Amino acid sequence: MMLNRRLFLGAAGAVLATPGLALAAAATDRRFVFIILRGAMDGLSAVMPVGDPAYAALRGAFGPPPNAGAALPLSSDFALHPALAEMGALYRKGEALFVHAIASPCRERSHFDAQNVLETGGTAAYALKDGWLNRLLPLLPSAREPAVAISPALPMALRGAAPATSYAPSQLPQADDDLLARVGAMYAGDPQLHALWNEAIDARTMAGSDATGKSNPAALGRLAATFLAKPEGARVAVIELGGWDTHSGQAGRLNAQLKQLDGTIAALRDGLGPAWADTVIVAATEFGRTAAPNGTGGTDHGTGGVALLAGGAVKGGRVVADWPGLAPAQLYDGRDLRPTADLRAMFAGLAAEQFGIDPARIARTVFAGETVRPLLGLVRS
Amino acid sequence: MPQWFALRGATEGVDTAWLTWVEGLAAPPRIVVVVMASPNTYAIAGNRFGLGLRPDSNAAVDPQRDLVAQFARFEARPAVIADLPGSAEMARQFREYLVSIRPFLKANGMAASVMAGDNASAANPPVIDEAAIRKSLRQQYQDNYGRQARARIAAALTTPAPFPERLVHFWANHFAVSADKLQTLGLAGTLEFEAIRPHIGGRFIDMLLAVERHPAMLLYLDQAQSIGPDSMIAEAARRRAARRQPGLNENLGREILELHTLGVDGGYGQADVQELARALSGWTIGGFVRAPVGIEAPDGAFVFQPAWHEPGPRTLLGKRYSQQGEAQARTMLADLAVHPATARHLAIKLARHFVADVPPPALVDRLAATHIATGGDLLAVYQVLVSAPEAWATPLPKFKSPWEWVISSLRAVGATTAPDLKIVGALNELGQPIWRSGSPAGWDDLAAAWAAPDALLRRVELAGRIAAVVGDRIDARALAPKVLPRVLSLGTTQAIARADTPQKGLALLLAAPEFLRR
Repeated sequence: MMLNRRLFLGAAGAVLATPGLALAAAATDRRFVFIILRGAMDGLSAVMPVGDPAYAALRGAFGPPPNAGAALPLSSDFALHPALAEMGALYRKGEALFVHAIASPCRERSHFDAQNVLETGGTAAYALKDGWLNRLLPLLPSAREPAVAISPALPMALRGAAPATSYAPSQLPQADDDLLARVGAMYAGDPQLHALWNEAIDARTMAGSDATGKSNPAALGRLAATFLAKPEGARVAVIELGGWDTHSGQAGRLNAQLKQLDGTIAALRDGLGPAWADTVIVAATEFGRTAAPNGTGGTDHGTGGVALLAGGAVKGGRVVADWPGLAPAQLYDGRDLRPTADLRAMFAGLAAEQFGIDPARIARTVFAGETVRPLLGLVRS
Repeated sequence: MPQWFALRGATEGVDTAWLTWVEGLAAPPRIVVVVMASPNTYAIAGNRFGLGLRPDSNAAVDPQRDLVAQFARFEARPAVIADLPGSAEMARQFREYLVSIRPFLKANGMAASVMAGDNASAANPPVIDEAAIRKSLRQQYQDNYGRQARARIAAALTTPAPFPERLVHFWANHFAVSADKLQTLGLAGTLEFEAIRPHIGGRFIDMLLAVERHPAMLLYLDQAQSIGPDSMIAEAARRRAARRQPGLNENLGREILELHTLGVDGGYGQADVQELARALSGWTIGGFVRAPVGIEAPDGAFVFQPAWHEPGPRTLLGKRYSQQGEAQARTMLADLAVHPATARHLAIKLARHFVADVPPPALVDRLAATHIATGGDLLAVYQVLVSAPEAWATPLPKFKSPWEWVISSLRAVGATTAPDLKIVGALNELGQPIWRSGSPAGWDDLAAAWAAPDALLRRVELAGRIAAVVGDRIDARALAPKVLPRVLSLGTTQAIARADTPQKGLALLLAAPEFLRR
């Protein structure tokens, strides 16, 4: 009864409380959230392959900072970074899982190119002009299925012919700290701009830490949850988290990044309430990072990484991996974790099982390739 | 044979065959200028003389020559501007407002001169909510201001002639009417559209006359109400022993001398200001006076009211002007337009805009001499500017104003409109709201006015906002050399390449030192 009534309201063009955002009714209770980790998260730090003897040889003492606490054991082979405490709790409840040694088909190690492949679902950068999530939308149980991105503009993943919208907190975001740092570095050689920039940053810092534009990912999670939790609300959402490009000082920076990701997922869980049971969240990044640390306490652009899944609908409590090994001969190009799983196959499998769509149809329609064999068994039926 | 002769096209060394040819002429020119076409010309033509290169910009065969050729394809009245209501409609709305509040003004002893459309009975004044009427006009004007500002942006993004378009912005700033008075809010943009654009490559006197006769200027600098103390209407008021005796307003006369023509050091005195103001009395706009008291004219149209004019000959800068009526001030303006001090004042401003904050004196001399020699032919002056080696020097000598930076940023990302970016509001935040310099002097054309800590941070924030909207469709690595040819530094290239998202890469390009300058 309620569902029918809401369908009617949606058809009549009901406008929700959020200004400027009209969402049509949804005919499914299943929710899907794609968290894009921009900048290349170090998968070998997030989910540590402690059972591989080559891991200790490569990474040694290079890991979470000492004050971060103990790693959380996931299995005899893997341990979770201590900053992902909420994810660890979900794992123990069977509501989180990790797919390791996974990558997109892109092997370029360029952020721009690889993010384009991650979001378009193509095999090469800029080959496709729309996002794979957008191509998925028409297949969902309702043709009017809404999708929302929590960002000032639609990310590539949601761009295309199907209607999708984006929403950012009322104030346009200030430039984030990472951009400010990069601009500062770019101005270092310009006497005029260098002096002006230092003055500007000093003034902002004195004005208070909020004025430097620190983003609040937990707030993004809460915001996304408000769209998804509504019975007539969005069913597909995209959240973007940047700042994963840890070429230096990785221990502390990655710890903070992972805490933010953990907080975002916890905020989604808390905000979704009962709808959490129908939810799949997947967090993926454009590529992994080098197996060995570099000379500046960080890691460089690599290949294979890890995808993090959470949600009441996830068949969790497992690490899914066809582990390729970290011994020198096993590394991709002699430096990176070799990918043994395709992100597109995981996306296809998740979408098929979550929304009850024929996996072959998704592979064909959304990922346009015979080569994509959907990875099944990740979602509760 | 011309006084001077320019040779161009040589990339390296001088083609001596040209010199031989010139020397062999029956009457060789007195000055030969050899212009070296350097590989930088495309970048400088696009970024310093133009409004910033676009990814779809095509390199002209001869970018220097193309700058002058652009005047042939410049659109004085592009569709985005032609679609908007003009100054006549803005003036009509203003007159309607004045008419509707007239009983209020009368009741408060503030009534102005007799006004067309004034039918209210003084014996039984209706109750007038002046504040509400004023608010309603402000809203109408605010809407029009927004439309005009967006049209200006659209014209700057899509123009086929960026150099003349930049000069439109230059002259609109030279003849600044600030949209912060109620009467100018809806009119400031129309001055640029109606008085400056049509004369951009013409004679300075024509632009000067169009500006001084435009309703925006006549209202902004209070000329529309200026009445000669010995004019017919003032005499009549004296005979009536009216409460308010009409009088002169010197505002426009002073600013013509100080800002529009001679310049503050141009050698005029207070007596000259008063004489020019007396000569200008009677210069007003239609819609404010009824026959037979005055000459009726369409709303907002320039009209000379003989009954307001101060009779008699005048003396300006030592020269006697015995013309009658409107011709008197017109003749004064014609002389001022070609005065050596005016030529120098304009030459300094042009050279400062295109070459350096402290303009090279030799170039200023050449520009001023051309202005004088040609009777104020603007195209001839621009030609000297475009052929000046000083204008093609690198590195980038000018720090972009917020307007220049925003427009060049939008052009760099290939935008033809900017509806989602709230650019009009963003220019307020950056410190340069469109047509709102706050004074008839316009904005300063100096780095010191714009290169400030917080202003820089705000540009970076706006760069981030623009990049957030369009950044994932753009590969800043490929775009950078297209919009910053020759000047793109290794540091900027690396900063863009190392960015962890396409958006950040684009934001870094727009914030790059070489993109902040031209």
